[in-house]
Amino acid sequence: MNCRQGKLRLQKWYTTLPDKEKKKIIREIVQIILARNQKMSSFVDWKDLKLVYKRYASLYFCCAIEDRDNELLALEVVHRYVELLDRYFGNVCELDIIFNFEKAYFILDEFILGGEIQETSKKSAVKAIEDSDMLQETMEEYMNKPAF
Amino acid sequence: KPQLIASSFSLLPSSFLQTVLGAGLKEKLIQQELTNLKATVSAPTTTLRLMKECMVRLIYCEMLGYESSFGYIHAIKLAQQGNLLEKRVGYLAVSLFLHENHELLLLLVNTVVKDLQSTNLVEVCMALTVVSQIFPREMIPAVLPLIEDKLQHSKEIIRRKAVQALYKFYLIAPNQVQHIHDKFRKALCDRDVGVMAASLHIYLQMIKENSSGYKDLTESFVTILKQVVGGKLPIDFNYHSVPAPWLQIQLLRILGLLGKDDPRTSELMHDVLDESLRRAEINHNITYAILFECVQTIYTIYPKPDLLEKAAKCIGKFVLSPKINLKYLGLKALTYVIQQDPNLALQHQMTIIECLDHPDPIIKRETLELLYRITNGQNVTVIVQKMLDYLKQSKEEYTIINLVSKIAELAEKYPFWFIQTMNAVFSIGGDVMHPDIPNNFLRLLAEGFDDEKEDKQLRLYAVQSYLGLLEEEDAIYPQKFLQVMSWVLGEYSYLINDEGDPEVIMTRLHKLLKKTFVTSETKAWIMAAITKIASLNPGSKTVDKLIQEFSTSLDTCMRQYAFELKHLCEDKDLMKNLLPLDASCDDMVVDASLSFLDGFVAEGLSRGAAPYKPHHQRQEEKLSQEKALNFEPYGLSLSSSMSTSGFTGRQSPTGLSFGSDISGNSTEMGQKEMSSLKLDGVKKLWGKDGYLPKKDSKTGKEDKLEAVPPGSTLGGNMVDHPLSEADQEVVSPSEEEKEKQQLASTLFVGLASNNAVSLMGKADTTTQKFKRKSKISETQNSEEVPSIQHDATLSSSPLPEAQSNNNENIQSTEHVRLRKTSLSSSEVLEASISFKRPQSLMEAGLDAKLPDCRLSPSSLFADNNMEVFQPTQVIPSVAASKASLIPSLSEELASNPHSEAVELCSSDTLAVNLCKVWTDDCLLLVLFVANRSSSALKNVNLVFENSEHFKIVEGLSYHFPVIKARSLESCQKSVQMEKNCMQEILVGSLNYHLEMETGLEFSVTLSLIDFIRPMKITTEDFGKLWLSFSNDVKQNVKMSPSQGSLSITLNTLQQKLKLHVVDIVGNEGLVACQLLPSVPCLLHCRTHAGMLALWLRSPCSALPDSLLYQCQKVIEES
Repeated sequence: MNCRQGKLRLQKWYTTLPDKEKKKIIREIVQIILARNQKMSSFVDWKDLKLVYKRYASLYFCCAIEDRDNELLALEVVHRYVELLDRYFGNVCELDIIFNFEKAYFILDEFILGGEIQETSKKSAVKAIEDSDMLQETMEEYMNKPAF
Repeated sequence: KPQLIASSFSLLPSSFLQTVLGAGLKEKLIQQELTNLKATVSAPTTTLRLMKECMVRLIYCEMLGYESSFGYIHAIKLAQQGNLLEKRVGYLAVSLFLHENHELLLLLVNTVVKDLQSTNLVEVCMALTVVSQIFPREMIPAVLPLIEDKLQHSKEIIRRKAVQALYKFYLIAPNQVQHIHDKFRKALCDRDVGVMAASLHIYLQMIKENSSGYKDLTESFVTILKQVVGGKLPIDFNYHSVPAPWLQIQLLRILGLLGKDDPRTSELMHDVLDESLRRAEINHNITYAILFECVQTIYTIYPKPDLLEKAAKCIGKFVLSPKINLKYLGLKALTYVIQQDPNLALQHQMTIIECLDHPDPIIKRETLELLYRITNGQNVTVIVQKMLDYLKQSKEEYTIINLVSKIAELAEKYPFWFIQTMNAVFSIGGDVMHPDIPNNFLRLLAEGFDDEKEDKQLRLYAVQSYLGLLEEEDAIYPQKFLQVMSWVLGEYSYLINDEGDPEVIMTRLHKLLKKTFVTSETKAWIMAAITKIASLNPGSKTVDKLIQEFSTSLDTCMRQYAFELKHLCEDKDLMKNLLPLDASCDDMVVDASLSFLDGFVAEGLSRGAAPYKPHHQRQEEKLSQEKALNFEPYGLSLSSSMSTSGFTGRQSPTGLSFGSDISGNSTEMGQKEMSSLKLDGVKKLWGKDGYLPKKDSKTGKEDKLEAVPPGSTLGGNMVDHPLSEADQEVVSPSEEEKEKQQLASTLFVGLASNNAVSLMGKADTTTQKFKRKSKISETQNSEEVPSIQHDATLSSSPLPEAQSNNNENIQSTEHVRLRKTSLSSSEVLEASISFKRPQSLMEAGLDAKLPDCRLSPSSLFADNNMEVFQPTQVIPSVAASKASLIPSLSEELASNPHSEAVELCSSDTLAVNLCKVWTDDCLLLVLFVANRSSSALKNVNLVFENSEHFKIVEGLSYHFPVIKARSLESCQKSVQMEKNCMQEILVGSLNYHLEMETGLEFSVTLSLIDFIRPMKITTEDFGKLWLSFSNDVKQNVKMSPSQGSLSITLNTLQQKLKLHVVDIVGNEGLVACQLLPSVPCLLHCRTHAGMLALWLRSPCSALPDSLLYQCQKVIEES
């Protein structure tokens, strides 16, 4: 399973594939999804997997799931992720993700781990990130103090 | 220099990203950036802070598809050395850059271990996060104890991540976390919802693999789901005011797996499922997702009518929804449900028809999938036509492969227009389709059906249609299609002899040979066909011409065929003998040892030729001669050569004789060999009773076939069918409606309830199954005998456990008696030892003295990790009556190692006891059926259910014509393992007549150990074999000090697992065993500082893993 968006802003792979393969897959998927019109469903057959995608403003969020998975649920996973981003960044926009994409990754890792949903409580997921952020920021300040 | 780089960074990230986004210079700038980054990361002066920046940038470049592997090692370094923030980025980079098998990952292990021991929560969290994403399988033992400790951590986030990490371990190496199952149970009961939810992942996985082992947890899952549905969870788990939907769905899936085919477990969950259905009322995607899971679960578990009704109503909500996503999901649910209740399709038939022409391909495909499941003899033409239409439009390879195999499957089920359809399939599917499809097709044609005359007509039709296709001058067909054509023409063209001229056929084939698009493989098929035809028509001019032409061909293969043909033509008798008419189904005996060449070989040897050495031996000699370090991994190169050496090794001496008259047509022979091999693996779709078409309908179809000109078989021949009219756009709306109605009537014909017999086999069997089961439960109710349906799967549910305890008590009361029998049998055994010690099978068992070999079985059953749930009630009368019926093995069997008799199930009248006997070549199950009643029982049948893991050699059933009152009968079954597994359950039942039909169910747990036997080989053989096996597993096991030396440990292994110790040298030991019938597994042990390094190898991939687990268990227990 993997997640990524329109003009690739973020990608995460939950299966092991050679780099060449990944590039090919991404190109293919972007083409498929951009070719869809708005009236169509949010699901596309792709090889033995299904692509589930959703558009938020200018960004497409897309993930590939197995046939026996629940497509609607995957759609809501995407939505929950966007909600988490929104909560963390406060009214998230594309630029937030571009400039803080490592943060977006941290949130993703906190939400989905190894391809499975990890934390379904919005509060605790964001709190976990903020906690570690805070610790880090103080550490950073500490490190920034001039050494005597 | 460093300043320059720093400044370029200060411009970033904005400028960097803008340039990335700008189209024109993008490529160049990124390359430039990468070069800069490369210089920076490798400069020794770079601070970690700067390194962090570089990593973030590298991640971005990697995402854009640029090679940045130079930074990988620095990512690991950063994770190792950085402060928190840097470490975090380092870990992130590692998890994004590396994959599971990356060699650099090993360098991360130390860092992870250090961070796991850190007192800083954030560091522990990061380490756990990275472990649950990527971790090398071999290094799991290094962190496992640390992570286990974290399960008791006071912070819930740490506990949750630890569970998640263990889930990851379970996925990649299930054997290594086997011992912490009870800790998973603790996690399931954790007071934090997050931790509990995380443990569900593990349970879902484990239950998927073995649902019977976790039935006792059903109630817990049901309770949790009840709480979730009832809104008892903290409010922040709500998602759009639906309580914890992910959790709900996870639980629903688990319940579905647990309740499958199990009425008792299913009963427990009916209420909560009903409530879930009721509660999910808010109109939001997430509630629909839950509803979908709910419906699936309800249709998976043992059915309950009113729930089914509600679920069916629910599907209606989906299917009729204007939202396309929901509609799709509704179709998906319908496809699932329809296997059990085809009538549901009738309810929604108009929607289905509409979806068939839906613009969104996924909806269309799902509809076809649905139709595929309800295909029967009457609607198959229409459905397949729809599928073919879709096939013609789609270009995606995967879809084509998938659809083609489905059509082919349908076509095989419903013959006659089958050939036409297959023609269309072959020409569209072409060379991407699965090779089984043409093979199956040809087999079907060759084996034929029940009626000889029909077969002939079918074949004749095939020949005619192919000739028609070949007539078209410049048509290009896929290779596989051509191969099929040439085979059919070769085998069956004699059928049209009265109307067609064999010369014409040969000319066509000849022409084909000269086409450039024909591959050499296909040419071989064509040549084989020509040879076959030539044998029937001696003296053909075309053949002469062909021989002349190809004798000088540049293609050596073709030249070879031409020469073979020429020689054959010169010897008519031989040719007739070699290529008999219509004998493709006759079995061919191939002398694989090529013994007829012995004389030739002997002659060669006497003339001083070197004796033949198998490939691996040569390789080994070469290696030993070189005496240099070998950098190649042994496994791969050798294994590939090994697999072929058996073949080439034997064939190479005959290389000389291949051109001679022994094998007139080598491809032909190979092909036949291949097809006969294939037959074993393929399902028999055309058994005697599998195909039962009605006579009249078939002849009708036949007429239709005859009317169609053979040339137009490419699927276009259905033009006059009402169906395709529906595709025309000019039709007025009302007309359209009518068309659809008509289409519906053609599609759903035969689905009405009376016609259930003609439905697909799947649906049939399931309904029958239900009927049978419900009957059992009825009798159960009416007789009110709670113990009638015993289940010796000890751990599965409270009742059987009580039973097992019961057993134990009974056994203890009878202890003295059993002792006596076992003593007597041991005497017999001792006697037999003194006679045939050298040949006796199990040196190990014998050396270990008898008590051991009787103890070992009990250790086999010890891993059922059962928990006592209910106090036991011993019924004295039962014990008393049983006492007179003590099973004992015959002397012959008792001389083999065997287990004690265990009671599998019992009722007032009957009791079944089981004794496992481990003979040399198989596992014998000796079943004792004791009649406890005072009257004789007649016609007692013992039937085992089919299991994918085991094969019972004598067949699944056994019939006792009569069992006298208060007496004992026994039967023997030898079992073989078909599919590798650690431990599986064989289910069976005993049926007998007593006033009314009664049945007893029982199950036998068989473990891998039951099928392991010692393999006696020498140390040299061990060396040779070791090199030739490719699958290996290594593992270090801690030895307790009490175990002392290696030899003692190996002795325990030898006794408990029936292994054979080949040799012990110093601190190294060699052990060999085989999995019956004959899969060897070699074990290399080495002691080192209190650790035992085990290294297993075998040609079978799953065996080392499973055996390792058993070894581990034995060592840990002792």
